Amino acid sequence: MSGAPIIRLEGVCKNYGDFTALDNVSLSVFQGEKIVICGPSGSGKSTLIRCINALEHHDAGTITFDGQQLYAPGVSLTHIRRHVGMVFQSFNLFPHLSVLENCILAPKRTQGISDAVARDRARGYLDRVHILDQADKYPGQLSGGQQQRVAIARALCMEPKAMLFDEPTSALDPEMIGEVLEVMTDLAETGMTMICVTHEMGFAKRVADRVAFMDRGAIVESAPPQDFFANPQTDRAAAFLQKLIHP
Amino acid sequence: MEFDTQVFWSALTSAAYLKGALITLSLTVISHATAIAISLPMALVLNGSNRVARTLATGYVLIFRAVPQLLLLLFVWNALPQFIPVFREPWFNPFLAAWLALSLNEAAYQVEINRAALRAVDHGQGAAGIALGLTHTDVYRFIVFPQAARIALAPTVNEFITLLKITSLASVISLQELMTVTQISVARTFQFSEYYLAALIYYLVMVFTLMAIQKRIERRFAWEKTGMPGSVGGAR
Repeated sequence: MSGAPIIRLEGVCKNYGDFTALDNVSLSVFQGEKIVICGPSGSGKSTLIRCINALEHHDAGTITFDGQQLYAPGVSLTHIRRHVGMVFQSFNLFPHLSVLENCILAPKRTQGISDAVARDRARGYLDRVHILDQADKYPGQLSGGQQQRVAIARALCMEPKAMLFDEPTSALDPEMIGEVLEVMTDLAETGMTMICVTHEMGFAKRVADRVAFMDRGAIVESAPPQDFFANPQTDRAAAFLQKLIHP
Repeated sequence: MEFDTQVFWSALTSAAYLKGALITLSLTVISHATAIAISLPMALVLNGSNRVARTLATGYVLIFRAVPQLLLLLFVWNALPQFIPVFREPWFNPFLAAWLALSLNEAAYQVEINRAALRAVDHGQGAAGIALGLTHTDVYRFIVFPQAARIALAPTVNEFITLLKITSLASVISLQELMTVTQISVARTFQFSEYYLAALIYYLVMVFTLMAIQKRIERRFAWEKTGMPGSVGGAR
């Protein structure tokens, strides 16, 4: 990896009252890198990626996306968010809009493209997540796995420079997890920069360049997956992996 | 005493009744429209973080929910001109007075409906819109308001029906709405049942028509009834 990182966090802290959600977190992500973030619940994983697209405002430290520092004067958070796709645990599709309308709303409103161009683009991404045949349905008519694939397509329709995944398979029934991970793996192969909060360790082994292990708001350990899984450096990471294997 | 079908029929088809019903309906429509226009920003303020604005809005709701509509109507028509000279001008008629009083009152009720409906829209919806890079205005316009409107529809139609009947109170300020027309006719002839029944039919037709419109709108926007297992996301 060369050049400046596309996402860079330095000394990021975030508190909710007395609770420390993020404790001096630093992380650099380069173009095309895939980072998997794991760790026990409440360790700050979701808060971390929600700070990257400014859904949460961090209290201290700096976050830079593509050379622009968040909250710096003259930097528009709305513009930054247009280049960072996000996929939520609970899908958050717009229930009053059809699948296709979900995908064209933001591109049409933010990129000044015509309806026809937006629809063509949306059909392309819906095809890529294998759900083009459901384009005219409403989210409520789809299964969880299908909804999450639509959510990924919706984010891709903005043609982002990086994608954030916040536990994308945690709300899914087991038999639907595979179809979503498959789409994410395909996306990784296209060279997309990805940060994924997930407990799918098989996915991490296959796709991740680095696994970052978080505990109590801090990144305790960060290593390529083969090293992390075979040889965790900290007791906390070892204990966490032990629990994943023998719950 | 017999029921005089002739009297009933001529009341039902009379220009006075029709005009009374139109006044009732138009007063309800414009009062409710005004109330919604006032209550929407107020609901946003009440759900928002500006404490001064929130206190003012809370005070408004408190006062106008407490005041009986009858008192408010009489106050606006009789007392307001004493304080504010413009209301002494001839253009200030019972219809405008009723419009003002009922709008102010109805807004206090409608604001609670709006507020609850806005709150009922899942937080993840706004987050998803923001994460896509939409502006806050667009998030409200295309994502939050349409969903909130669907939630608010049934209670709002309820309010409209209540308001339709409350307009009959405007007879005390001599507005020639449906009940005033009815009472004048009764006072002249003492044929209670014929004139009351005619009025009743007008109210029934108005309310039933409205309920049919509500059903139609609900069916048109029935996106949430098409759910399948797994369609609702898990906790965040």
